Amino acid sequence: MKASISWLKDYTPINMDVHLLADALTMAGLEVEAVTDRFGWLNRVVVGRIVEIEPHPNADKLKLVKVDVGFQTLAVVCGAPNVSNDILAPVAMPGTVFPNGLALEKSIIRNIESEGMICSEAELGLGKDKSGIMILSPSLNVGEKLSKALELSDAMIEVDLTPNRPDCLSMIGIAREIGGIQKTKIQYPETNLSDSGNDITGFTSVTIKDPDHCPRYAARLVTDITVAPSPFWLADRLVSVGLKPINNIVDITNFVLMETGQPLHAFDYNRLAENRIVVRRANEGELFTTLDMNERKLTSDMLMICDGEKPVAVGGVMGGLNSEIEETTTKVLIESAYFDPVSIRKTSKKLGLSTEASHRFERGVDPEGIVSALNRAARLMAEIGGGKLINGMIDEYPKKIQVKTITLKVKETNRLLGTDLNRDEIKKLLESIEFSVKKIDAETLKVVPPSFRVDIERPQDLMEEVARLSGYNNIPTTFPAMPANARKPLKLLDFRSRIIHLMTGFGFSETINYSFINKLSCDRLNLPSDDYRRNTVNILNPLTEDQAVMRTSLVPGLLETVYRNISKQQKNLKFFEIGKVYIKKGKDNLPDETEMIAGLWTGVQFDASWYAKETPCDFFDIKGAVEGLLKGMKIDSIRFSSRFSGLADDLCAYTKPGYTARILSDKEILGLVGELHPLVLRNFDLKQAVYIFELNIDSLIKLLPETIQSKPIPKFPTVPRDITIIVNKDTEAGAILNCIENIQEQLIENIHLFDVFTGDPIPPGQKSVSIRVTYRSNKKTLEDEDVGNIHKAITDRLIKEFDAGLPV
Amino acid sequence: MEKTIEQIYQEALNELEAASEAEAVQALSVRYLGRKGVITSFLRNISKLKPEKRPEAGKKANETKKALDKLFKDALKRLERTAADTGDYIDVSLPGRTLLEGSVHPITQITRLMCDIFTNLGFDIVEGPEVETDYYNFEALNIPKNHPARDMQDTFYISDNIVLRTHTSPAQIRTMEKQTPPVRIIAPGKVYRCDSDLTHTPMFHQIEGLLVDENVSFGDLKGILTTFVHRMFDDRISLRFRPSFFPFTEPSAEVDILCVMCRGKGCRVCSQTGWLEVLGAGMVHPALFENVGYDTSRFTGFAFGIGVERIAMLKYGIDDIRKYFDNDLRFLRQF
Repeated sequence: MKASISWLKDYTPINMDVHLLADALTMAGLEVEAVTDRFGWLNRVVVGRIVEIEPHPNADKLKLVKVDVGFQTLAVVCGAPNVSNDILAPVAMPGTVFPNGLALEKSIIRNIESEGMICSEAELGLGKDKSGIMILSPSLNVGEKLSKALELSDAMIEVDLTPNRPDCLSMIGIAREIGGIQKTKIQYPETNLSDSGNDITGFTSVTIKDPDHCPRYAARLVTDITVAPSPFWLADRLVSVGLKPINNIVDITNFVLMETGQPLHAFDYNRLAENRIVVRRANEGELFTTLDMNERKLTSDMLMICDGEKPVAVGGVMGGLNSEIEETTTKVLIESAYFDPVSIRKTSKKLGLSTEASHRFERGVDPEGIVSALNRAARLMAEIGGGKLINGMIDEYPKKIQVKTITLKVKETNRLLGTDLNRDEIKKLLESIEFSVKKIDAETLKVVPPSFRVDIERPQDLMEEVARLSGYNNIPTTFPAMPANARKPLKLLDFRSRIIHLMTGFGFSETINYSFINKLSCDRLNLPSDDYRRNTVNILNPLTEDQAVMRTSLVPGLLETVYRNISKQQKNLKFFEIGKVYIKKGKDNLPDETEMIAGLWTGVQFDASWYAKETPCDFFDIKGAVEGLLKGMKIDSIRFSSRFSGLADDLCAYTKPGYTARILSDKEILGLVGELHPLVLRNFDLKQAVYIFELNIDSLIKLLPETIQSKPIPKFPTVPRDITIIVNKDTEAGAILNCIENIQEQLIENIHLFDVFTGDPIPPGQKSVSIRVTYRSNKKTLEDEDVGNIHKAITDRLIKEFDAGLPV
Repeated sequence: MEKTIEQIYQEALNELEAASEAEAVQALSVRYLGRKGVITSFLRNISKLKPEKRPEAGKKANETKKALDKLFKDALKRLERTAADTGDYIDVSLPGRTLLEGSVHPITQITRLMCDIFTNLGFDIVEGPEVETDYYNFEALNIPKNHPARDMQDTFYISDNIVLRTHTSPAQIRTMEKQTPPVRIIAPGKVYRCDSDLTHTPMFHQIEGLLVDENVSFGDLKGILTTFVHRMFDDRISLRFRPSFFPFTEPSAEVDILCVMCRGKGCRVCSQTGWLEVLGAGMVHPALFENVGYDTSRFTGFAFGIGVERIAMLKYGIDDIRKYFDNDLRFLRQF
């Protein structure tokens, strides 16, 4: 909401500096976003003296004018008839930006360069005259800025209003707040009309068929009007707040709207069928052309203002083309109404049409301000439009808007605010903004808010007014008295921070990617058509295609981050992210939100250095990170396997076959680790191998040991024994290790795979696997014979289980 | 004439000086202090002296023996130490095999800092879903359908009744539905708004705070937030409370802090105002208590919402909010 100080001064004296006023309004809850000067744009317009006039060689009506602007003489092409030697006139210099957005540059007019522009009153917005250049008083100083020479200055404030304060969507509303700050009274414009009789009933009638959506509708009739351009002062007021003057009648309705906040509408009385108004709902599918020339399809919940036959306006939103004021209009029916805020908002949203009127109606106009706004407009139309006011007014008010009376307790007010105000102080504060306050007893006030304060409903609303007016910053700062109990923190919080701790320790940097991804990401990940991750939660109104669905995997976001980094020459990357994925669970249900961690490694394991050659990272680097992560969290008995029964391989659709492992606990799949599928690399425009892992945090957290139980440090020495077996090449080393583990021999302390070998002398299609088993007892020093049998049993078991041989 | 003890001492010193290897010193030690050593035989010969000279000579000889013993041992230690210097050396200025730690995202770091401050003040941390029902995100927070307050937040819709939460405030309702006062929680998390430009990203992070009990006042809200700002920045950063409007609080306030960059003098960051808007707060609207079945005559409470990105920008001097989600390694590595 924009307001000019000069306009505000029509209603209340303003005796503070505009910046102080802006601060005071801000601290009273009307945040002033900007303070500007209406004439600020004139800072490149100066007083010039015309020193030479010659005809334009290429155009009869144009002249070449030399104009002295003090610091230089400009050559200007000018077409004004009244240009003459030695007069002073305003000259716009190149760089001037006119209020209509036009920027003045040096330009060639009919082959002659014009270095500026000599302006008319109208072009500068200083008057109506556009017949010629503006002639300035000869006493002004040549070269001086026009704004300074003419003392043009009108500060503008721009208020960012919160939706609860529709009463401030007007000059009077803002003036009222200023009055509250300055403790000055408001001078309301004269709105009394001396009606003698009720002649209007002979001309027209108003029938409200839907009182719920239109509780009140008032109208007046002005005849013998001459539609013409508005007088300068009126047009200027509208221009000052960014409205375009149209004609005196329309401008008056807009002026009163801006002045009072009450939207009005002017109908051409003669164009209303049967010269009457009917307020009803639209017929479903009915077509209607609004003033902006758009044909709109109506629905049956939209409130329409109709004449005897057809709709003439979308109630509270926009008038219709069919009853618009035209130059030939002589009789004007003025509408001033109160519409139901919810109904207006629905209509405005449905039509995609937000207007000055709908903006105010949907927030709530003053139901008791309807008549005074109507009268104000009628008076102005009679005065300015030369019209004749028909005696009397129609005021249909079938559904009275109730005045609220609120009981306010002094003690409760102080309890909520932490203040120590007494009854009379509270009363005085509320009265300063036109609330009527009655003392009931020492502790109780009865408060009736003014009708324009539609936001005040409860005692707490009054308490806010009290706090606001006495100043938030004057409320003493205190501390709540709180019990010293504490709840157990969420397990997840600690878990998450341990993951971050470990992953950063391993050299991975944490990323945060957007939760939304491109719709095509599932395709880019090669996910089969029935993959559960295709159940995406789709955003109805995404900002871009790249952010159209909620992610079902952290991988696309990470890959895009990799892409961006590589394109900036960052090729060696170790990233991870902890975040949610969202799997749709039916149209009307909230999705499953599962917390995941994904890690990624691409580029080198380590760079070329003075001690080693550059080594690219591989599967076992990322797998090592996963193992380290799980060990660090004391989660054991995790298996990595490329084979698992009952699972479709395409769950790993985006990793390379043969280079992918499932991460499994006893009960469930926790995630996967692998090299990215070359197709997926291509889909994400990546040219280097990428290794990833994904783990389900919600599943992992269940595997966390409840507590850590300390064990004694072993006293007796270990006995290591090696086994080497020759097995089929396809046998998974993990299976061999598991097999030993599953024997559950108490003396086995550690099982360590230390060599895998293929090639001569091992027969083709086979490999040797060497394992060191470490035995230890907590009771005694083990002897050869203690472990010999066990070791043999293990060897025999492996031979049997894996059809293995022993080295020759 | 036999050598005097002084002469013996002097000769030993001379020889020690000349000795450049541990073996030589060892040999000297044996020659002077050994069982058949010079000093030993000198002591043996003392009996040949006149009785009155014996004590003096004996004392001197013992002192000399002690002194030499210490000198030899010191020399030995010194020589053994230098013996390890074989002349080999490494270029210690070569870069080490660095173990490079990864970086924690600045938003995570600031969220942690903020949570630590509030948990120290006795707040518990709760979390809630990011895809929310219209009820929790709006209705229960006193933002009915078709209310202009809905325009305050550009909302991503999933369906008519499901949205991406536009703030962490649904945590207020979800928590109050589950527990009776006293309630003292913060709820950090991601929130979403349909807005993207130089100063807005469609996803960002908030921390919600809620405290409900008997006799909680606006003054208490000021106290908690003042403590937060002082711990987050420093004690000289003052706060300014401005009346504002949020449908779920009454009274509502926007809270400005003294610009941490210019300390109120006016700079680019604070648009020359000297103040920075950092959070919204207020006393819980009674409609919320009615929605969760709290006794509005008995309980009062306050709530606040703080933008994490904004605080992190001020804390770290980050100039562009989009950097957070661009994840440029050169940016991440700075934290």
